[in-house]
Amino acid sequence: MSGNQAAAEAIRQINPDVIAAFPITPSTEIPQYVSAFKADGLIDTEFIAVESEHSAMSACIGASAAGVRAMTATSSAGMALMYEMLYVAASDRLPIVLAAVNRALTGPININADHSDSMGARDSGWIQLYCENAQEAYDNLIMANRIAEHPDVMLPIMICQDGFITSHGIENIVIEDDSEVRTFVGEYRPGKYLLNPSESLAVGPYSVSPYVIEMKRAVHEAMVKAKDIVRLVSEDFGRAFGREYGFMERYRMDDAEYAVLLMSSAAGTGKDAIDALRDKGVKAGLVKLRMFRPFPARELADVLKRLKAIAIMDRSDGFSATGGPLNAEVRAALYGEADVKATGYIYGLGGRDVRVEDFFAIFDDLSGLAAGRELPYCRYIGVRE
Amino acid sequence: MAYQAYTLKSVASRPERLSPGHRMCAGCGSTVGIRGVLRALKPEDRAVVTCATSCLEVSTMTYPYTSWEDSFIHTAFENAASTTSGVEAAYTAMKKKGRLDETYKFITFGGDGGTYDIGFQSLSGAMERGTDMVYVCYDNEAYMNTGIQRSSSTPLYADTTTTAVGSKSDGKPQYKKDLTRIMASHHIPYVAQTTYLSNFKDLHHKAEAAIYTEGPAFLNVLAPCPRGWRYEESELMGICKAAVDSCVWPLFEVIRGEWVLNYEPKKKLPVEDYLRMQGRFKHLFKAGGEHLVQEIQDEVDRRWDELLGLCGA
Repeated sequence: MSGNQAAAEAIRQINPDVIAAFPITPSTEIPQYVSAFKADGLIDTEFIAVESEHSAMSACIGASAAGVRAMTATSSAGMALMYEMLYVAASDRLPIVLAAVNRALTGPININADHSDSMGARDSGWIQLYCENAQEAYDNLIMANRIAEHPDVMLPIMICQDGFITSHGIENIVIEDDSEVRTFVGEYRPGKYLLNPSESLAVGPYSVSPYVIEMKRAVHEAMVKAKDIVRLVSEDFGRAFGREYGFMERYRMDDAEYAVLLMSSAAGTGKDAIDALRDKGVKAGLVKLRMFRPFPARELADVLKRLKAIAIMDRSDGFSATGGPLNAEVRAALYGEADVKATGYIYGLGGRDVRVEDFFAIFDDLSGLAAGRELPYCRYIGVRE
Repeated sequence: MAYQAYTLKSVASRPERLSPGHRMCAGCGSTVGIRGVLRALKPEDRAVVTCATSCLEVSTMTYPYTSWEDSFIHTAFENAASTTSGVEAAYTAMKKKGRLDETYKFITFGGDGGTYDIGFQSLSGAMERGTDMVYVCYDNEAYMNTGIQRSSSTPLYADTTTTAVGSKSDGKPQYKKDLTRIMASHHIPYVAQTTYLSNFKDLHHKAEAAIYTEGPAFLNVLAPCPRGWRYEESELMGICKAAVDSCVWPLFEVIRGEWVLNYEPKKKLPVEDYLRMQGRFKHLFKAGGEHLVQEIQDEVDRRWDELLGLCGA
């Protein structure tokens, strides 16, 4: 099945109380499946077909604050329209789940994969997990509620898969038994909520300077704690369903001297390239980061510190002096922790394919870098000149 | 709609749902309206109140205090109605699953900026989807919270901080949007327009009808602002009466598509009498401003005649 269908299957099994969503390519299929599930009596979710993504997130905030599980799905400009409300959801400590299907932000308009949409939300206080394929999209959604709703966390979470490449690509995946999934996900028991007859609640106050920084620090501390909870829930998931997830996947990294670091679907192509390079005797490896928020800086530094050189690959550009967001954060993680030579690449914007040959070129660069060749801090790859 | 016998004394003796101690201005029309609307709730019923970003929100729920006895949520400026959509959907889900026995009503408050302008899409969407809520606009005809900037509700020739009066400007050059009529065009079960008169009977009855009509309802309440309109605090009720008697703000309801005029002044007050009460129109009464006042009068007359036609009066 496709990544969208896999996400929809997870949503069907979770059977959230409220879904509010607005159609946008390539995530549109998710609310379509929800509508069909509801029409066939497979879920008893209240489905609000809102008039914009801003209202989708606003309705999710209202529903979650009222005391129920709320979910949505979106892409690209839809997520950008939600940005204002993403911060509110995190600040209000609402464990909303968002099935994100990554697509380029408009400028120019394009419907294909890159990470500019969710990278724009990286500072909003949302947990972000990235998926290589449909199976991971399904599995991470099954884990999402338990991570977000954990009392030490209480933060919203987005599960990101690549538009079209994953969302519309057809793969064989394992769908677990409904009742086992429901047992794993469990019932939601809200702490404080609007529709609690024994205690009124006020949500979203006007907050003056003596309080705001404390509220932000609380989100910061919850994000730090989320790391342990992601680990615990993933271990539990592994015990229940047999598929193991860490903060990152390390592919042929045990004796690797050179490696690429990236997120999501391009890891599949990257692994093929690594296999071919290994056949030629190159000690190549790949790190696929699953968890971008909270950012596992220390764990990444531990994995990367033995390398001779690392290439950090961003599927979005921050137009900063430090490359894309992944480049900047990984280098910050390495600073003072590991003396690894690094270079950055921007790839795959607007759905541009990243090819096995691109990875070969990158590994050529890495051996040059290790041998003392000067390389730019960050540059584009796969561009027509 | 059949109303129970109304006395101000009996409804005013209901428990207060907006506690005193909030930071709204003396002479402000909005708190009068909010308390009036909340008094229409049956004391045994619970409510969740949503509020758009506004004077009302920042002044009644400044952390760590709240004036709201009922559960209350604010999320942003432009999305009060869709926020309530989510709360109402959660209520429906909890009811269906047997997780909640109590009856809740959903009331959303927004100023004219949050309703006529930036929140209009969210409002229109929530109404079209049939959200079981009442949306109450407290219309003070400008962005008062940010300092009296014009909105699409600001009337012709009003002086605001973004339609400044000067040697080359007579104030706002556009007419006020007729939002109540736009909401009636959504063909929702109940739409009404009201303000504060004598014993508050009109406000009470409309609030009660709006809250207890199943499905979406919209209530537009003219709520003068002493800072923006420039009047003495004690003049609030007089200004509201003049707005109604001059037909600037007619009282009417649209009940399941039927237009009902609630009040027709025996003698229509000249619009000049209403304008003279407010500093925001002071510039119209300098020499040479007569034609501007006449222009306002002509539009008020035209809209009044249109309304009479709709109401079959």
